[in-house]
Amino acid sequence: MTHETTVGVLCFPGSNCEHDVVAALEGLGAPARIVWHSDSDLSGFGGLVVPGGFAHGDYLRPGAIARFSPAMDALRDFAERGGPVLGICNGFQVLTEAGLLPGALMRNAGMRFICTTVECEVASSSSVLTAAVPAGTVLRLPVNHYEGNYTCSAGDLAELEQNGQVVLRYRDNPNGSTGDIAGIANRTGNVVGLMPHPERASSALLGSADGLPLLQSFVDAIARGGGASQASRVAS
Amino acid sequence: MTGSPQSAGSDPDRAVVPVGTHRALGLTDEEYAGIERVLGRKPTAVELSMYAVMWSEHCSYKSSRAHLSRLPTEGPQVILGPGENAGVVDVGDGLAIALRIESHNHPSAIEPYQGAATGVGGILRDIFTMGARPIALMDGLFVGTLDDARSRYLLDGIVRGVAGYGNSVGVPTIGGQITTAPGYRGNPLVNVFCLGLLRREHLVLAAASGAGNLVVLLGSRTGRDGIGGVSVLASSEFAGEGAAKRPSVQVADPYEEKRLIEACLELLSAGLVVGIQDLGGAGLACATSETAAKGGMSMEVDLSAVPRREPAMSGVEVMTSESQERMLAVVTPENFATVRAVCERFEVEAAVIGTVAEPDPDGVGRLRIRDEVGGAVLGEMPAASLADDAPRYRRPIAEPGDLAARRAVRAARLDPAGRHDDALLAMLVDPAWIYRQYDHQLFLNTVRGPGEADAAVLRLAAPGIAWQGKGLALSCDANPGWCAIDPRAGTAATVAESVLNVACTGARPLALVNCLNFGNPEHPEVMWQLTEAIEGMSEACEALGVPVVGGNVSLYNASDGADIEPTPVVAVAGLIEQLASPPPAIGWQNGDTLVLLGEAAGSLAGSRYARDVLGERDGSLSPVDLAAHLRLCNLVAELVAAECSAEPAGVLHGVHDVADGGLAVALAEVAWRSGSGASAEVARPEELFAELPPRAMIATADPTAIEHAAADHGVAARIIGRAGGGRLAVSGPDGAILVDAPLAALGEAMTANLAGRLDIAPSAH
Repeated sequence: MTHETTVGVLCFPGSNCEHDVVAALEGLGAPARIVWHSDSDLSGFGGLVVPGGFAHGDYLRPGAIARFSPAMDALRDFAERGGPVLGICNGFQVLTEAGLLPGALMRNAGMRFICTTVECEVASSSSVLTAAVPAGTVLRLPVNHYEGNYTCSAGDLAELEQNGQVVLRYRDNPNGSTGDIAGIANRTGNVVGLMPHPERASSALLGSADGLPLLQSFVDAIARGGGASQASRVAS
Repeated sequence: MTGSPQSAGSDPDRAVVPVGTHRALGLTDEEYAGIERVLGRKPTAVELSMYAVMWSEHCSYKSSRAHLSRLPTEGPQVILGPGENAGVVDVGDGLAIALRIESHNHPSAIEPYQGAATGVGGILRDIFTMGARPIALMDGLFVGTLDDARSRYLLDGIVRGVAGYGNSVGVPTIGGQITTAPGYRGNPLVNVFCLGLLRREHLVLAAASGAGNLVVLLGSRTGRDGIGGVSVLASSEFAGEGAAKRPSVQVADPYEEKRLIEACLELLSAGLVVGIQDLGGAGLACATSETAAKGGMSMEVDLSAVPRREPAMSGVEVMTSESQERMLAVVTPENFATVRAVCERFEVEAAVIGTVAEPDPDGVGRLRIRDEVGGAVLGEMPAASLADDAPRYRRPIAEPGDLAARRAVRAARLDPAGRHDDALLAMLVDPAWIYRQYDHQLFLNTVRGPGEADAAVLRLAAPGIAWQGKGLALSCDANPGWCAIDPRAGTAATVAESVLNVACTGARPLALVNCLNFGNPEHPEVMWQLTEAIEGMSEACEALGVPVVGGNVSLYNASDGADIEPTPVVAVAGLIEQLASPPPAIGWQNGDTLVLLGEAAGSLAGSRYARDVLGERDGSLSPVDLAAHLRLCNLVAELVAAECSAEPAGVLHGVHDVADGGLAVALAEVAWRSGSGASAEVARPEELFAELPPRAMIATADPTAIEHAAADHGVAARIIGRAGGGRLAVSGPDGAILVDAPLAALGEAMTANLAGRLDIAPSAH
């Protein structure tokens, strides 16, 4: 059975990293297309990315309004069927607000916006973003956020750690996140959210190409027909 | 005319204008008489308010315009020079850049976050109104010294404002400059530069043409914010009444602007608008009159159709409100439905507020303001009169009476037997505290971001415009210390440094834009400073082959009777023909030989050392030999460009300009960034901190190659030391140690002098 391989990059009013994500994916040979948030039909896509930016101006709370867009209902269905979904920065915030990932992102510990490049360590390969990157790999990745301070309940944290759902950790935590968490996956590994921007680390000319192995994992998962290497674990 | 402007009832727009109202609006009696001459009668309230804002210093350049014509503006690459919303310059491959810099000083002094944020919003609109996608911002910030609590508050708020708007609207802030000096305590300066990239065929001008075309207001609703901002705020001095002027500061909404950018760029690339103009200073008064005047047409404006944020706004308020995030587009009636559909998709409001009309039978294009279609005329005037008939002043010019005496003061000397570690440490500043709050990476173009090289380096690309291998170098520079003792030579040196900065990334300069921040033009000495600065800028731009394609003049920068020091800010854009590898950063490798290129350093006059350490503000600035400087810039650009190709020459390991702070500061900055020390020798002690002429320091493993190249270009070259070790040590000609500091001390000072004063606790990273 054939399946879709094009990546849909959701764009809300106020998103701003959608072009960069498309460019980085296309650089890997993966077709990608921007989808407007009011579109409720995402049937043509093999993977979905919620990119960075300030969806709906981050008004009320980052992601708080975006979760109600028609495209998010379709994204939820897609994720529940095991489709690969990636939320980067503001996209991570949107996915937590939508309940697709546990926890929340608070303001940075220093109460300032941070744009810099940090070292992250792959903490688990059990996700569509890290399947091809061995745990322990250190990557130099840009971060760019005001609300990147990940937090969750003690119970959620224990579960995340126990199930290998923490996929990326900061080596020198820039924002005060719980457990130095930079990125997490859902239980089945097909939905991933992270604060660093892998698409910004897509060329040595721009200072780092360390984001490419992550995006390649995501593209590979789509090529396999979704669901990641853990597809067999996707119940029902 | 169809019914004389009326005066009736209690409606403020129709009431008789009380005698003397013009003075409260910032107009002189002579200027008021000029309005009566233009109209042939007394103005209505709406008319008077429109002339007041349009004839303000901020909009009319009435004190500076006569002098600005001196600036060289021509070059084969120039598509549009000064006078448009932005300068436009050809960069090949069918592409062009649009660039502009503007001040938002007075609003930032009163409300730093909103003042700085709306400054960013305003400059962005100047760029995308040309059809260009904004891809880079830079900020030039000037505040009081950071031992002062209010200056810390202002800088914190300004940086948060630039970050809050720029990050959110989705345009990276890739560079800038920060100056702290006592003179900016009461009147900080916030200058914001923006650059956009466009396909040449998408260039759109702000002209209304085609009788019957619709005048469409896009974006935010009009409110009571920023009423008279240009006249009340920007065109008069501060005298301690800041809080009372807060209603004249506009409020920023970057989310609205983001949607407006996307909607406008789509409208422009689809050819759906005939002309477009942003609404900035003077609001609708400016946008309607300028578009009508540029098109040589009349325009009917229906105030009742302007979407409002508040009820019961008067016509005066609607025409002069500076509510942000609005654009005025001229659209054919056939296209309007499509325009509205595009706007609806981006959730941008689009309202038809008027129509373009043939010029009146006497050949004059008039602006006619009504309170509803076919309703009473609240104002009517020749559209061009608001701009063209504005007063032009040749204000008195006088050099300071004590100029000769001050220039005769001999420059300070440095103790040849002393240690100067503390002076050096006090001058080190790491601006990372500022730029780490700015998104400087968006659009995947940033090859050299802030702090990495002397200019920011971007790939020449934008969403929808694929990269074809070229690079863009951008530098924003100012040095009020130089300009304070010699505005002419100081401004020339500022231009020289900026051109050298882009050369240090392998770029040839394409164009320059300037923001001239000065004090009260009614002071003859301020006018002397302004004219001298324009002369110095002209000389340097001519000698270095850089056209001035746009500018902004900000006057009345004064508080409690004291004018700021003359502060011309320049931004230079340069082109890197082939950007396959990143240009060398500010850095060196252990064992590198350090080569200093350029003419020998002059005196300490005007240097940061003289001002900040010695408190010395007199003397004669060392002049810059512009012909020698051009040779230096060409040499450096050539050497660096050879490192930017697909197969880098590998000769240069690092490059850094030597200017502000002098050689000692340059050495310390490179040592700290490289994590590697150096030992160096100066020809005389003053060379540690002397700033002029601007020079370049090269780190190389092949000094002979550099010396040969320098000789070929007729540039002086001197080996000054070697990189390596954990300390920075500089000795004098007699071998005496002048500076000896461990790297850790340099790093601590870098952080303490800026971040340490602004963060409650220095952050852990």
